[in-house]
Amino acid sequence: MFILVEMKNVTRITPNLFNIKLNDAIASELNKKLANKVVLNVGLCIALYDITSLQESFIFPGDGSSHTRVSFRYIVFRPFAEEILLGKIRCSSAEGVHVSLGFYDIIIPPTYLQHPSRFDETEQAWVWEYDTGDGSKHDLFMDAGESIRLKVTAETFNETCPSTAFVPIATDSAEKTENKTPYIITGSINEPGLGLLTWWDN
Amino acid sequence: MEIVNSNSSQLSNYEVLKHLQQLKDGRKKDKRQGQLATITYETLRYLENTPCNQQTPETITTCLKALERFNLSKNEKLMIINLPPTTALEIQLMIEESEERLTEEQVNEILVIVAEHFPHVQKAEEKEEPEES
Repeated sequence: MFILVEMKNVTRITPNLFNIKLNDAIASELNKKLANKVVLNVGLCIALYDITSLQESFIFPGDGSSHTRVSFRYIVFRPFAEEILLGKIRCSSAEGVHVSLGFYDIIIPPTYLQHPSRFDETEQAWVWEYDTGDGSKHDLFMDAGESIRLKVTAETFNETCPSTAFVPIATDSAEKTENKTPYIITGSINEPGLGLLTWWDN
Repeated sequence: MEIVNSNSSQLSNYEVLKHLQQLKDGRKKDKRQGQLATITYETLRYLENTPCNQQTPETITTCLKALERFNLSKNEKLMIINLPPTTALEIQLMIEESEERLTEEQVNEILVIVAEHFPHVQKAEEKEEPEES
């Protein structure tokens, strides 16, 4: 579920950081810039793994900061297709089941739930109407907080534009950008073995 | 910012866990790292509750060596390490077309190998069962 991504950047170190080691200053700048951010078509950045090379630093006229070309590797959360993950149900809605990994949420849309499933409005939970084989049905509730095993089916990256947040020309478009999640992973549990861990214990 | 290689290698949960733990221990004095503290805390909390918390580099390498002869893909082996399977059903999920590629005995062999190398996984499940019933 985690990968290493090689990146390059020109990192600007302000003079107030000249007292600490260049490596440490750059490492903390890179973490400040990337940690907990989604990079388009790369994934959710977690933390700096290592710095692979540092080239000489430059000082430009009119700016006291040093600029260093740096190659580094970053730990990025990006599960591959068909990967099996464990998570906990955070909440359910008509749109599907939201599964939390603690640092990231995955959505399971209704079509990828076990079949047949229905949404229970009063309990606010999805229910798998398990066919016991003798014609009757057994309701298996998917309550919040339960551990769940899911398979990653798809990922979507959305380009989010930060500038629209400051210039709300049309309220309509502003709302849309606010709701836009930059990185969406959808999962499925419509196979034997997937779903709540307690379903498959025996 | 320039992406040189967007997937230079896969990391196992164990490697990420160890790296983040080191990071957390060595960081205390530095308070200007923005979101880093949040994401490492959340990720650590998730990883600490997965089986990788009790793995060691030795058990992982010996387990991978033992699994070599089954001709599994890299991703499949990674999943087995990250979430050691305890039932044949889980193996079926992790390994594509497992019915054709593996015989029933081989599936059982994999389960035995996994149980040998990561005994804590089984123990954890046994402990949980009485609570549920």
